Amino acid sequence: MSARNIGIVYRKELLEALRDRRTLISTILVPILLFPILTVGVGYAVASLIEKAEREPARIMILGGSDSPAIVSSLIKSKNLIMVREPANYVDLISNKKIRAAVEIPPGLQSGAGTDYSPVKIYMYSGDLKSTTAAKRIADFFNDYRENLARERLTAQKLPATFLKPFDIKEQNVVSEEKVAGETIGGIIPYLVIIMCLTGAMYPAMDLTAGEKERATMETILSSPISRTHLVLGKFLLVLTASLVTAALSVTSMGVSSWIFQHFQEQSSGSVMHITIGRGAVLAVFLVALPLAVMFSAALLTIALFAKSYKEAQSYISPLMIVVIVPAIAAMLPGVELTPRLSLVPILNVSLLCKDLIAGTYHWNSIALIFLSTCVYAGAAIFIAVKMFHRESVLFRS
Amino acid sequence: MIEARSLSKRFHDKKRGQICAVENVSFTCQPGSIYGLLGANGAGKTTTLRMLATILEPTDGTALVFGHDIVEHPARVRSSVGFLSTATALYPRLTAQEMVEYFGRLNGLDEATLKKRIDDIFNRLDMNSFRDRRCDKLSTGMKQKTSIARTLVHDPPVMIFDEPTLGLDIMAARTIVAFIRECREAGKTVILSTHVMSEVEKLCDVIGVIHNGSLLAEGTPAQLREEHREKDLEEIFVRIVTAHVDPRVAAEVS
Repeated sequence: MSARNIGIVYRKELLEALRDRRTLISTILVPILLFPILTVGVGYAVASLIEKAEREPARIMILGGSDSPAIVSSLIKSKNLIMVREPANYVDLISNKKIRAAVEIPPGLQSGAGTDYSPVKIYMYSGDLKSTTAAKRIADFFNDYRENLARERLTAQKLPATFLKPFDIKEQNVVSEEKVAGETIGGIIPYLVIIMCLTGAMYPAMDLTAGEKERATMETILSSPISRTHLVLGKFLLVLTASLVTAALSVTSMGVSSWIFQHFQEQSSGSVMHITIGRGAVLAVFLVALPLAVMFSAALLTIALFAKSYKEAQSYISPLMIVVIVPAIAAMLPGVELTPRLSLVPILNVSLLCKDLIAGTYHWNSIALIFLSTCVYAGAAIFIAVKMFHRESVLFRS
Repeated sequence: MIEARSLSKRFHDKKRGQICAVENVSFTCQPGSIYGLLGANGAGKTTTLRMLATILEPTDGTALVFGHDIVEHPARVRSSVGFLSTATALYPRLTAQEMVEYFGRLNGLDEATLKKRIDDIFNRLDMNSFRDRRCDKLSTGMKQKTSIARTLVHDPPVMIFDEPTLGLDIMAARTIVAFIRECREAGKTVILSTHVMSEVEKLCDVIGVIHNGSLLAEGTPAQLREEHREKDLEEIFVRIVTAHVDPRVAAEVS
């Protein structure tokens, strides 16, 4: 009888959720569209900005160099650099973005280079894309000049090129692509799953509690024979469904859009950083996140039930977002590793564990500890939600 | 039958402290008759009816509704009760039929019985033209009919109406009044709360006057008229209430 009643409530709430535009947008549309827009949209926007900055000629200023006419003239001829002569101070010009960079050529560079070590100085606007691009072009020019000069000197002395560079240094990765992915972007997937479990549950949780109060249907349902425990469990299952659907759709959408993005990059540039995340690892992340989704759904139901209206519920729930984001982000920080004590911190523990799982590292003791502790938190959250549904002061708060 | 036995309900309010919403209220409603709970706003009518419908739990006392104790077996009580008030709205995203079906299933009806019951009610209340329309698209009158169908789907022997016509236009109110009469004729036990005198005159077989949480007087309209040697029920109501309030307020009223 109890399973039947919970099922009746669940089916009815599901039917209503599927007919609610706001629920459909928050649980289905947003997670599907968010990542294509973020990866492809923002990715292309950034790429085209960088490309534009690289193509655009930069205005620069030369300071000194009157005794190095050959260097100055070849610098003037180099690609994408336009020399300007301005009476004003170069610092002001760079600050006001009238010019992108300035280069100071030390006296006697052309004739007596190598006799003293006074440097070629490049003045720039740090952090400004166009300025750093211009500075890099100038630096490239002088690097080439220096290398040519060194090569000529070696030839003059009849010395081989290896005289100045007797050996090479090469770094090589020895771990699997999964492990690399775990360390580099491994933190993002758990973060995503955790945040999406929360955001997916948020709207339905408010709709099924504060929304019922606002629409005056709470008294209608309380006058039916269903027990309040069954009622809250039916509602909870719907919120949990929304939470998991949102998280699953986001991860799928992210996977598909990053695959498309990599595919296009490969076609256009021929080279691409390969990031491999095993499907098994993603599944494991979901399994670990399941009790977390249970905890979120029950906690959100409880908090939203306390509110009398959507607006009030939103003002209670918004701060919760920060409470969840902080530990989820903390796990992405480099150097934060799973310890037995951290295994008991809700959200942070799951986030850290997921990072390990993505990297293909399975510490079964911590997995058991984290799964169990999260289950305990989730059970407590459900218990509180059921208790709250039995409290008249919460249901009929005025 | 409804038997309220010393029902009391106290709330705790942060600002006002302990509030006695209902104090030691006892009365009996017989099948086939309408009991009217008459009182001003805040008198304790809604709290009393919510306790009878087991939406609220009494602090003290109890009641028997169709033989079931409201404290011991609240679910059984709710299965025997149809509860209708202006605060019992419909789910906007369900159709009229889905709304009634939902409550039929929650009342434990099997699908075959449910279908038969719904066809019967929808025919009787002339609801077939809008049975597949969503509740948020219904007119006030259609909403009233759907609410009535919702309370009737499990054919409850006891009906509880909490200010059922509050805020309704004349036509919608008439539908409700006619429905309440039908319930009496069908032999159901009916209790209703109101502060509209015309409704009391039209409908109630027995009147209970409630004020500040206490039941001050009880009787048929004829008995109350004789006792107070006054024809006008409104006048009788004011006399009963002022006799029990603070003497200073009573002086102000007179």
